[in-house]
Amino acid sequence: MLTLDRNLVHRFGLLLVILFVGLALSLLTDTFLSVANFTNVARQISINGILAVGVTFVLLTAGVDLSLGSVVALSGVACATFAHPGDHSVFVPIAVGLLTGAACGLVNGVLVTRGGVAPFIVTLGMMTIARGLALIVSGGRPVADMSNELTALAGDFLGVPVPVLCFAGVAAAAWFFLRNFRLGRHIYAVGGNENAARAAGVPVERVKLFAYCLCGLLTGLAGVVLAARITTGQPNAGQAYELDAIAAVVIGGTSLAGGVGTITGTLLGVLLIGVINNGLDLMGVSSYYQAVIKGVIIVGAVWLDRRQARS
Amino acid sequence: MLRALELRKDFGGLTVLYPTTIDFHPGELHALMGENGAGKSTLMKILAGLYRPDGGQVEWRERYAEFTSPHDALVAGIAMIHQELMPIPDLTVAENITLGAEPCSAFGLIDRNAQLARAQELLDELESDISPARMMRTLTVAQTQVVEIAKALGRQADVILMDEPTAALSDHEVAALFRAIARLKARGVAIVYTTHKMDEVFRLADRISVLRDGRLVGTAPAAELNPARLITMMVGRELADVFPVRHSPSDDILLEVSGLTREPAYHDINFQVRRGEVVALAGLMSAGRTEVVSAIYGLQPATEGQIRLKGTPLSIRNPQDALAAGIGMVTEDRKGLGLIPALGVGQNITLSALRDYGRGPLINHPAEAAASQTQMSEFSVKAESPSQPIAQLSGGNQQKALLARCLLGAPDLVILDEPTRGIDIGAKAEIYALIQKLALAGKGILLVSSELPEVLSLAHRIVVLRRGCVSATLDAASTDQETVLRHAMPL
Repeated sequence: MLTLDRNLVHRFGLLLVILFVGLALSLLTDTFLSVANFTNVARQISINGILAVGVTFVLLTAGVDLSLGSVVALSGVACATFAHPGDHSVFVPIAVGLLTGAACGLVNGVLVTRGGVAPFIVTLGMMTIARGLALIVSGGRPVADMSNELTALAGDFLGVPVPVLCFAGVAAAAWFFLRNFRLGRHIYAVGGNENAARAAGVPVERVKLFAYCLCGLLTGLAGVVLAARITTGQPNAGQAYELDAIAAVVIGGTSLAGGVGTITGTLLGVLLIGVINNGLDLMGVSSYYQAVIKGVIIVGAVWLDRRQARS
Repeated sequence: MLRALELRKDFGGLTVLYPTTIDFHPGELHALMGENGAGKSTLMKILAGLYRPDGGQVEWRERYAEFTSPHDALVAGIAMIHQELMPIPDLTVAENITLGAEPCSAFGLIDRNAQLARAQELLDELESDISPARMMRTLTVAQTQVVEIAKALGRQADVILMDEPTAALSDHEVAALFRAIARLKARGVAIVYTTHKMDEVFRLADRISVLRDGRLVGTAPAAELNPARLITMMVGRELADVFPVRHSPSDDILLEVSGLTREPAYHDINFQVRRGEVVALAGLMSAGRTEVVSAIYGLQPATEGQIRLKGTPLSIRNPQDALAAGIGMVTEDRKGLGLIPALGVGQNITLSALRDYGRGPLINHPAEAAASQTQMSEFSVKAESPSQPIAQLSGGNQQKALLARCLLGAPDLVILDEPTRGIDIGAKAEIYALIQKLALAGKGILLVSSELPEVLSLAHRIVVLRRGCVSATLDAASTDQETVLRHAMPL
């Protein structure tokens, strides 16, 4: 009961913060409280949301993935390269984008598990390698001329933006997976105490490899969605996306030390960051100040949470 | 001098220490006795400033003292030797001993020579030959314990709290510690002491307080108590016989180990375990016992030799292979190799056998919950609920939960490495009974234990290791402690 209660308190607290911020924005601006703006927020958070769900898996195993932003760019470029009108079916560029992300995740995972290199270093390396590859593949220029079928991924389906549907689907599947799959339980065990998990017969290396691959795959998805939205493969896209994603996960209560965290928490973290970004935009705050305010809120939210956990 | 006044502590709605009042006097050794989970460690940790009490207060020199951190308590003159060792592995012994109280020269630089000398002095007091310049990482558990004791001695404290300081020590080191304790008492230092070893209590204690289920049963001068009376106070019932009857094993050979070698830890190890038989590996701390059983369980495979189970040769590369073959193990290192601290008790119990409670890759939650409930009641694991994080349980309950995990997969061979270390006599008796029950059910038991009475009373056969080699295989019924020790001691 205790873990459940603490999670509830955590989520409830975070939900209150989000509602408070929302209330403040409704009073401060006359545009925040509208269906159009909510749709807009949902659309804006979906890419960070997909990334955050993916990196939740890695953080739960006590790892980290710093390569998200670069892999978003590489997957986007790879996808766009195969997305010229009339070249291929729309599934080809999507598959290429997803597989590019998954391949980066696989390399990360293999180096972490077989190579024994710290995840921070491996993914730091992947961060610059993937960025470099994105520039090489695209020749440093945006890959334009994208088919309408692919850009439709950024459009609406039954009135709901497709990126939002992707995010919702990914989050629901991840939630179900962590809760109901043996591999999901193993992820918590590995992050909680790797040696004990190994001694209990958990295939630790395979579990970690899976987490990095899944994170890579979802990063690929984020890359495809982003490319569709900006209708080009941008080699310089996704700068510092990993930071927003990791921040959202940590705000959501996932421990960087691994073994503790939930998808619901991650969703709330994503939502909070999204609402703050949107609100600051609506209020016309300069992006310089926005960066500072966002940083303060991230550290503040986690500080409050840890203080609560200690008491 | 130091007084616990109506101290109370709750953990997540569960009261682990009910209002307790105890006085501690200078120059006296005050033993706190009780089973695991009785509240001894909790009380000590409040006195040492690690926990804040939820009620009552600590009085120090007739004044109300509010320690918000171990540092506050240290400054006031209260030091603690912890049950769980907390060394910093990549610093030297001297740096660990003087941690937080480094001798400094002018300009605030650490005076290395003074630091080494100070450490040497404290180690000498404990009659230890550990070099202060060694890296902490290279020390054995026993040596680490000695360093922790030296560290506490070095604080020049007026009160030293010792939470099971002898759990990992050899006889020689224990004797040296006792002499150091006598000198401390002569100096007027108050010592608060916990242990599960009866003989120690009656040798050392001036006064004994007994706790049971978080309540103080009573405090009495040691001279007014005897072991039987003390056990009754601790357990709340008479313990007729701690060791259950042994059953005779079958002739069916379950495990056969031949030529097992991994230099330099062990060499050419041969022995067999039959169904229904308890085989103990005896020997000194560094004889290679844990290494041999770790090889059989795949934690650190051997480089040569063969392991046969039920006649089939096995290639065990990791614990998964061992579990699949029908070998289960409860390791010596509960914290490092046992617990997943943040997961619930129930999820910890089902971790190894999760595959049996689901379909394909999915977990069947009702089936899993039922299995963990059954195991918890069968092994009398005391917890608020299966979802309570296992880190919040007492040592004895954690150990029982790990046994429950090991046995949930119904292994044929059960390896128990120091299964009763640091747990109370009540939980020990439960584990002894369990071992005989498993043997009766036709399982083979491979037991590693440093307590000779335990080995002699539980095992059918004793395989004695000395410096990584089998020095003797003895029939437990016709041998005695002296014989086992003679084979265990280096020539």
